[in-house]
Amino acid sequence: MDAAQHKPGYNLVYIDDHKINIRPAVKEDLPVVVGLDERTTGLRKPEYWDDLFVRYGNRKDSRFFLIAEEGDTLLGCIFGEVRSWEFNSVPCGWVGTVSVEPDLRMGGIGTILYNEICRCFRHAGVQKVRTMIPRDATDLMSFFRAQGMMAGPFIQLETDMEEEG
Amino acid sequence: MMSLQKATLFALYAVLELAEDTERQLSASEIAERYNISTNHLAKVLRDLGRAGLVESVRGAGGGYRFCGNAKRTTLLDVVELFEEVGAGPSNGIVQETNAGVALSLVMDEIEAITYATLQSISIETMLKLMRRRKPTERQLPTGLFRAV
Repeated sequence: MDAAQHKPGYNLVYIDDHKINIRPAVKEDLPVVVGLDERTTGLRKPEYWDDLFVRYGNRKDSRFFLIAEEGDTLLGCIFGEVRSWEFNSVPCGWVGTVSVEPDLRMGGIGTILYNEICRCFRHAGVQKVRTMIPRDATDLMSFFRAQGMMAGPFIQLETDMEEEG
Repeated sequence: MMSLQKATLFALYAVLELAEDTERQLSASEIAERYNISTNHLAKVLRDLGRAGLVESVRGAGGGYRFCGNAKRTTLLDVVELFEEVGAGPSNGIVQETNAGVALSLVMDEIEAITYATLQSISIETMLKLMRRRKPTERQLPTGLFRAV
């Protein structure tokens, strides 16, 4: 992502008559992002978002934290990074989470955020995008399905570890 | 592996065929011919879909069926569950009182849960996108809902 994208109006996308600006997150966005997350998940996690901003907000090569806004109103956010995991996984883009104001969902804002982060991933040199979501988060899973995502070649396995003897 | 009953498969064919163009009306025989399936069986399935509010019949010359559901909100699970039970737990016949039965139930539960979540997460609109992706030569360009500047 280049520096010019910090300028308002650099990356405008229209949804009907709405002019949506997609830009990298800045520190001043965090209180609104924390509020959006709280409305979405029911949990208030300012430390989590502060830490995430430190790790994702100031990077321009492989980590991306993007905001969708109309005028001064924040509509949604997305973050993700290019990384490779073990087990012969080639580097690919991972979407960490995507969040849109609850009463604006199904309107295309998540899609333009997703499209933009995919564009960032492609610029970073990867062709695949992945994410990981709980099976019972059907709204979120439906969103990623609607973007064309299918079950990938990796399956998540887990167990509770036994106490050390 | 989950296999769909005939009625379920016919219902999915009909819903997807009709949802692809909500202005278009197709008769049961037109859909049946396209998929090489029984018209009588499909007609019964279409009546069930009608009762569920997913399709409506239009009478008169040029009449037929058309999709009247919400393609964004209707999922594959909504259609499948009209005709069969999904996510009902482990298969019949597993003896739960044995160690082998309990272990088998764990595996079958996992398979059921994945099946349920997959069907629940795919909307009819997403299926239509998938169908268009499979036919790149017939794909139409978006009509400008999103326009990058």
